Amino acid sequence: MPSARLARLTPYVYILPAVLVMLAGLVYPILSAVRLGFYDWPLGTDFDSARFVGFQAFAEMLASTQVWTSMGITVAFVLIAVSAELVLGIALALFLEKPVRGMRFFRTVFVLPMMVAPICVGLIWRYLFDANFGPINHLSAWLGLSPQAWLADPVLAFSAMVITDIWQWTPFVLIMVLAGLQGLDESVIEAARIDGANAWQQIVRVKLPILKPILIVTLLARMIDGFRGLEVIYVMTFGGPGLSTELFSLHIFKAAFISQKLGYSSALSILLLVIVSALSLAILLISNPLKAKARR
Amino acid sequence: MSHPTSVPRGSPLHYLMLALLATACLLPLVIMTMTSLKTEAQIFDTQWSWLFAPTLDNYRAVVEENHIERYMLNSLKVSLAATLITLMLGTMCAYAMARFRFLGREPLSYSTLILRTLPPAVLAVPVFVIWSAWGIGDTLSGVVLVYVALNLPFTIWLLYGFIDQLPIELEEAAAIDGCGPFRVFYKIVLPLLKPGLAAAAIFTFRLAWNEFILGFILTNRITRTLPASISNYITDTGVEWGKIMAAGVLIALPPLIFTFVAAKQIITGLTAGAVKG
Repeated sequence: MPSARLARLTPYVYILPAVLVMLAGLVYPILSAVRLGFYDWPLGTDFDSARFVGFQAFAEMLASTQVWTSMGITVAFVLIAVSAELVLGIALALFLEKPVRGMRFFRTVFVLPMMVAPICVGLIWRYLFDANFGPINHLSAWLGLSPQAWLADPVLAFSAMVITDIWQWTPFVLIMVLAGLQGLDESVIEAARIDGANAWQQIVRVKLPILKPILIVTLLARMIDGFRGLEVIYVMTFGGPGLSTELFSLHIFKAAFISQKLGYSSALSILLLVIVSALSLAILLISNPLKAKARR
Repeated sequence: MSHPTSVPRGSPLHYLMLALLATACLLPLVIMTMTSLKTEAQIFDTQWSWLFAPTLDNYRAVVEENHIERYMLNSLKVSLAATLITLMLGTMCAYAMARFRFLGREPLSYSTLILRTLPPAVLAVPVFVIWSAWGIGDTLSGVVLVYVALNLPFTIWLLYGFIDQLPIELEEAAAIDGCGPFRVFYKIVLPLLKPGLAAAAIFTFRLAWNEFILGFILTNRITRTLPASISNYITDTGVEWGKIMAAGVLIALPPLIFTFVAAKQIITGLTAGAVKG
């Protein structure tokens, strides 16, 4: 029966174009990165002249202090920035939970830092933190504090990177938690109130536990972004001074396009891929759109 | 949700907090805009000035000296093409995943979910190499291809959520009336999907318009996208602050306008996945 066969083919017709593009633009490049990781291939030379070196790049990576420094900085950055964003975002959301007139306007304003190009964010904060004419030093001077060479000092530059991330992403946590609080069943809070729970107990014992899945997904999404991001810091400090703000994604980019080691850079990117995929799997275990459908 | 008039006014403290937060979000953007309207002398002044006679010299300079309009046109082409193609391919794929049971559906679903978070840094080297081997290095089509591929996983899952919530009865009724599967898709599903498509379009356009690193690797002096052209203003002797801020404003403007026009869709897109409902 031709029409039955056609019906069976229908879904494949629908998925084919998207699948082809994802295969060509994502899967094939990932597989190539894995393969390139086994070659010594300087940028600008022909691949035919590249040398197969086995696991040498991976061994070099594991022995490199630069790699571990960059990884340590990335983990520290993610932990500090993301916990600050979560604490601030949750606190603000609990304070601003009650729907009030004009909230739609404010929520729109809070989305703005996330919508602006990362490269603009890097640019703006590089200017704000500028040692000679940056508004932050102008403000310090006005307050009677001594001006700082923010982006020239390793600790201050790292802090500047954290502050920039907090500015850009705290509103994201706020909006996620607000959305979660709005979907919360009123009667549960009401029941807790009748049972004599005070405001603090309502938050800690009722609201936060109910919000837990959203909070964990938000946390993981922010951690993934921390490992993926390089554009803000590319413009702001380009990883410096020294390696003090060299996020791992930027380190991979520099290995390829500054040190010109394409094979080595690919080996590094496999490590990044493994870390990010693990975090991504963790999100799936908590909030799986497929399972959500089955439960309904 | 509720009618505007039924929403109560908050306490002054509540509004004070909101106003402080809004200022914190806006101030850096305002400073970028102000700097773009200042002269070199005003920018490098030891005193910060809120009040000054604004000048459009920096904007004139980025056009006359750097031909930023070319890069804007490149970015516009890339973003529009990427958005259009992503939406077309993404809607079809999401529809099949939501409405058909077929062999390979599960592996496809899980691989797209994992690919959603693929770091651009992983793609940089292989895409740079493969695209030149395929003869699409330094072309706008090459940039469009990688942006479509990067956007598809998120778009598919966003639209999957929307299609999943549509009542299937409408489609069944149309099928009984003799509509084939493709007509059901075009006549029934697509029109109902407008809010989802709007959200997906904004997020795709935003990524394609804002993306820097892949655009930088995959283009040359002529095909540069707008964010990648930023490097023109960073020289060995320093940053041309006035011009780079003018360029920054031009990059930032379209996404900011979108935000005000379609805040609801953006918040839907941001919270999709984690918050149900």
